[in-house]
Amino acid sequence: MKFKANVKVMLKPSVLDPQGATLERALKSMGHDNVSSIRVGKLIELVLESPDAEGATKAANDWADRLLANPNMENYSLTLEPLK
Amino acid sequence: MSVRAAVVVFPGSNCDQDNVRSWKAVTGLEAELVWHKETSIPDYDLVIVPGGFSFGDYLRCGAIARFSPVMSEIVRLAKRGNLILGICNGFQILTEAGLLPGALNRNKNLKYLCLDVNLRVENARTAFTRDYSQGQVIRIPISHGEGGYSLRPAELRALNDSGRVVFRYCAPDGSVSPGDAPNGSLDNVAGIVSEGGNVLGMMPHPERLAEDELGGTDGRALFTSILRALNGGA
Repeated sequence: MKFKANVKVMLKPSVLDPQGATLERALKSMGHDNVSSIRVGKLIELVLESPDAEGATKAANDWADRLLANPNMENYSLTLEPLK
Repeated sequence: MSVRAAVVVFPGSNCDQDNVRSWKAVTGLEAELVWHKETSIPDYDLVIVPGGFSFGDYLRCGAIARFSPVMSEIVRLAKRGNLILGICNGFQILTEAGLLPGALNRNKNLKYLCLDVNLRVENARTAFTRDYSQGQVIRIPISHGEGGYSLRPAELRALNDSGRVVFRYCAPDGSVSPGDAPNGSLDNVAGIVSEGGNVLGMMPHPERLAEDELGGTDGRALFTSILRALNGGA
């Protein structure tokens, strides 16, 4: 079976995010004073083959732990859906 | 004892030749270039993981390089106690590989920074720094976009308490305040050693100021320290 996985990688809340801070300043300079707490992350999409959803989840988590996210400074969340 | 040194080359490394040159200029010894695809390398006494943009810095700096075949050999040598020196991208690779704690983050001002900085030698007892004096202020260039050191507070405290912070960004008079770390490094950390003391990672480039012709020689003592340590000097 084929699955599509989305891995959303975000800097941990405790880690300074200079990109987010810059975007926030930019929006404010456009007059949008109602914006706050901008954080910039990455979205990684991939397709994988696995006999079942459990195996696919396990594999995608493993890849995220080992490569896609750096646990020292990032958290990630995974969503998975079967491909028709 | 004849000291054997190597400099690893990844696709995108760009300080490999600088390190070969500086190592030779300072110590008179050759360093061999080792391609990242090597699966078995000799027991080099010193392996330098140089700066550059390995694999285009894709995903995160050093994140792809750490899976290169040569890295398992570097881990093997690190466990043996051989000296491993990671400079700039090399430091990033060593953190990604888990040989050193923490991570290097986007510079706080989002700019690529290429300038000379002042560093205070925080631990002059390591194999890499014994020819500096404790608290000495040296001038070494940085050249990076992602050099802000970050680590969980408890671990950072432990690193500080155990003398594993080897270099800190400082003012010319040696005082340390957050404004002296141009990249936003926590506690102004510029370089750290492993628990065993045989793996050093640093963002600044000592190989770029190791000859008079280059405008300064503050980087020399790093290489003389290594040689003296490898020759059994105290």
